[in-house]
Amino acid sequence: MIKLILKRVALGILTLLLVSALIFAGTQLLPGDVASAILGQNATPESLAALRQDLGLDLPAWQRYLTWLHGFVTGDLGMSLANRQPVADLLWPRFGNTMALAAYAALVSVPIAVLLGLAAAVRRGGMFDRGINIVALAFVSLPEYFLGLLLILFLSVQFNLLPSLADTYSGMSFGDWLRATTLPALTLVLVTVAQMMRMTRTAVLSVMDQAYVETAFLKGLRTKRVVLRHALPNAAAPIVNVVAFNIAYLITGVVLVEAIFNYNGLGRFMVDAVAKRDLPLVQAAAMVFGAAYVILNSIADIAAIALNPRLRHPR
Amino acid sequence: MRAKLKAIPISAWLGLTIVTLNLLVFVFGPMLAPYGMNEIVGAPFDPPSAQFWFGLDQNGRDMFSRLLAGAQMSIGVSLAASLISFSIGIPLGFVAALFGGWVDTVLSRIVDTVMCIPVLISALVVLQALGSSVPVLIFTIALLDSTRVFRLARVVAQGISVLEYAETARLRGESLGWLITREILPNALPPLIAEFGMRFCFTFLFVAGLSFLGLGIQPPFADWGGMVKDNQQAILYGLYAPLFPAAAIALLTIGVNLVVDWLLNSGAAVQGADR
Repeated sequence: MIKLILKRVALGILTLLLVSALIFAGTQLLPGDVASAILGQNATPESLAALRQDLGLDLPAWQRYLTWLHGFVTGDLGMSLANRQPVADLLWPRFGNTMALAAYAALVSVPIAVLLGLAAAVRRGGMFDRGINIVALAFVSLPEYFLGLLLILFLSVQFNLLPSLADTYSGMSFGDWLRATTLPALTLVLVTVAQMMRMTRTAVLSVMDQAYVETAFLKGLRTKRVVLRHALPNAAAPIVNVVAFNIAYLITGVVLVEAIFNYNGLGRFMVDAVAKRDLPLVQAAAMVFGAAYVILNSIADIAAIALNPRLRHPR
Repeated sequence: MRAKLKAIPISAWLGLTIVTLNLLVFVFGPMLAPYGMNEIVGAPFDPPSAQFWFGLDQNGRDMFSRLLAGAQMSIGVSLAASLISFSIGIPLGFVAALFGGWVDTVLSRIVDTVMCIPVLISALVVLQALGSSVPVLIFTIALLDSTRVFRLARVVAQGISVLEYAETARLRGESLGWLITREILPNALPPLIAEFGMRFCFTFLFVAGLSFLGLGIQPPFADWGGMVKDNQQAILYGLYAPLFPAAAIALLTIGVNLVVDWLLNSGAAVQGADR
């Protein structure tokens, strides 16, 4: 099992390298280069050449990629083109905000979704199962901003329960922070619970259809015991994958939600950087999002390996 | 035929109706619109009335007319992206499945790597480099989405190519083109059609989302995601303006999902097709 986990870690590191190469390649699609983007209309051939040398743009692409990667690993993310501040200073606090919001949403949605999915699977075909499936199908189809706007309209404009904008600042108390971020977190919860619940139900049902579960029922065991002791240990690994898939979704779903509630996170920051075409910012933000995604998926795979009873007790 | 029509559940009828209505609006929308999409007809955020069914937007333009006209961009861009995505993903997926070996390995590894990055993040990187325009949007989304189509097409083709009739055709010495067009494609069509609905839903929400972020379809064109963004502030005053385009987006998505659900349940699903 240790060998399997180490293999998965190595694969994760290889994936991270490939992802970084792909993101770097993507940012090089521009016909011109960063130097002409900075100088814009005022560019003369001499100033362009000087700036290119300054930024190291006269080097071949693979050399620039290695420099960038080295900078990224050592914490030097370069300078923003728009306001000439170090990218790292702008990026990390916002990344912290985004992770806090995603964690808040995940802490609420994961237990609810897994319990609902389990309940629906156990009562397959019953009223509860059918009803919750229709509701889930509707929620899966609703875009984040539609839900977000409805929540603002009802919870903050009509009943004035929660603020409509997620204004956060450093040093605010935890209670204030919760109040400010509840609406965006709730939007994320509504979007992910439906999806996660449907996937959990499918994962549990595929285990419930197996012969050994039928045997357990035929032995006369109670439903509760069959589900908790026989089915769940084998369904745990797929459920962990479902949860990881949705937390990974949260990381990008957060981009739209941050825009709705004007939350000062990495998603909104990256969108602004794309609009201003600030290359170093976009590159760094994309790499951070990509890395978070890859690392989460690796953790999920490792957890699935660790949870698999057959791998834990090898013959 | 009659019995077949009767077998269609209500939810699927509802979905089919929604999709048909949207397609009609997509084709005839601009002709049906009572006012021009950029024509200012009153004060900003005038509430709905008999003359202006959905009220006026932040610039005093008729919301109903803009919704009708905006369908062209919102639906058109995602439809074009899905079509291109399928015409890239399906042939490559089939070729990877039939050839196997290094062709399959190379294509699959490239697709795996692209899929390691969230689609939205990849799209933002490309839009940063190339700027946002309709062709860039269509091709970026089509290329990114074709990775999903490739995976499904490959799995489906692999399943079919080991069946007797495909095996027989290969032993008969039929060409690759024959195998793909005469043996694989007809039998792979049902799951691929259901997948087309799912992919369209995804690209449609994706384009609308990018427009909502201000990075999708740009003015002077009207589109539903952009209309939500432009009118977003009105919600703070208890006005429903941004809810109309948002509901239009949600409605079409639900409609397509209902149709796809019916297609999948009526036996078009292929076992083991992952997404």
